[in-house]
Amino acid sequence: MLVAVSTLLAAAIGIPLGIALTRRPRLARPILGIAGVVQTIPSLALFGFLLPLPLIGGIGARTAIVALLVYAMLPVLRNTYAGILSVDPAISEAATGLGMTARQRLWWVELPLALPVVLAGVRIATVVSIGLATIAAAIGAGGLGVLIYRGIAIVDNRQILAGAVPAALLALAADGLLGILERRQSKWRES
Amino acid sequence: MGVSPAVEFQEVRKSFSEHPVLDGLTLTVEAGETVALIGPSGCGKTTALKLVNRLLEADAGRVLVEGRDVAREDAIALRRKLGYVIQEGGLFPHWDVRANVETVPRLLGWDEDRRRRRAGEVLGMVNLPAEEFGARRPRQLSGGQRQRVGVARALAADPPVLLMDEPFGALDPIARRALQREFLDWKSRLKKAVLLVTHDMREAFLLADRIAVMDRGRIRQTGTKADLLERPADDYVREFVSEAS
Repeated sequence: MLVAVSTLLAAAIGIPLGIALTRRPRLARPILGIAGVVQTIPSLALFGFLLPLPLIGGIGARTAIVALLVYAMLPVLRNTYAGILSVDPAISEAATGLGMTARQRLWWVELPLALPVVLAGVRIATVVSIGLATIAAAIGAGGLGVLIYRGIAIVDNRQILAGAVPAALLALAADGLLGILERRQSKWRES
Repeated sequence: MGVSPAVEFQEVRKSFSEHPVLDGLTLTVEAGETVALIGPSGCGKTTALKLVNRLLEADAGRVLVEGRDVAREDAIALRRKLGYVIQEGGLFPHWDVRANVETVPRLLGWDEDRRRRRAGEVLGMVNLPAEEFGARRPRQLSGGQRQRVGVARALAADPPVLLMDEPFGALDPIARRALQREFLDWKSRLKKAVLLVTHDMREAFLLADRIAVMDRGRIRQTGTKADLLERPADDYVREFVSEAS
């Protein structure tokens, strides 16, 4: 579904970007700032902006994916960045002092320890995306949103609910599952 | 030709944004000897230690390990050759004790068998038998046990030099005393060069062969306990030393 694709893409781009930002702290503030501003743009408006654009625009799923990507990036970015920085500096220093290269330190120590926070970012991104995906129906992307809109159009509560309830359940389920994963990861990272 | 000292500082200077921290530091640690670097907080002793494994770089002067300028060596290879123990251990919480201890051997590419054997050896040396403690996580250990694992980890690749930064500072007095006694035991058995940073004069007297008293980036006096007690170079040293006796 829409959400799966865009969330995966958001993670694929957002996580490495978040890591990169930890290496260039001066870039972090402006980039996180821009991402934050973009997030406040109402989603319909963003869909509207994208419609006329040549490559990524147009009615349909592709535009929706781009928009969802943009929205999902911020939580992933922010959490990856914060997660890595939240690793105890003594541990990072020990890792370096013992002779790990920067990459080894990242993969063996910092990422595993930051994982719960990063996963939280992915969880937020997923839940947000599910909500947005339903709105995406407005630009012809299909999915549960279609039922909601149709229901609104003909004032039929059952149709609205037929779309809204599964969407909400989906969001809750995603939140729940990813939450369990997150908790399991952080449980055995405590020191 | 004599053997090079294990560690040597030659007129080393280091500043942090205009603020001088090391001001012409000169010090030698011979092979097999334990030198305590002592001084009040802010005197630069931890900075000096970090110059040896290049966690920091000197602005002027040279730091030599086994006769070779550290600035000319590959930093990563250098660090894997030096044992490094910090306060609070700095153990990796997501790895068990054995994995922590095997860190440097793993970085050096030892095969699994060799790593396991060595981990067992080294954990035995610090009185944390691998069968019992190997699979535990750091959070399941007491402060003293964690520090011992930290020492085991530093010794795993059998480095000729051990760098210790206030290693027993975070422990309660009982645990500290126990570990100090154990240190004396390892010291006599292992015969490694040790540069030990501490702010505790009693600890320095107890553990070190020679003591270097630092003040604001320079060494005021280096000598044995007897030297410092009987022939203090100046009032500063005399006062510092008197606190321990």
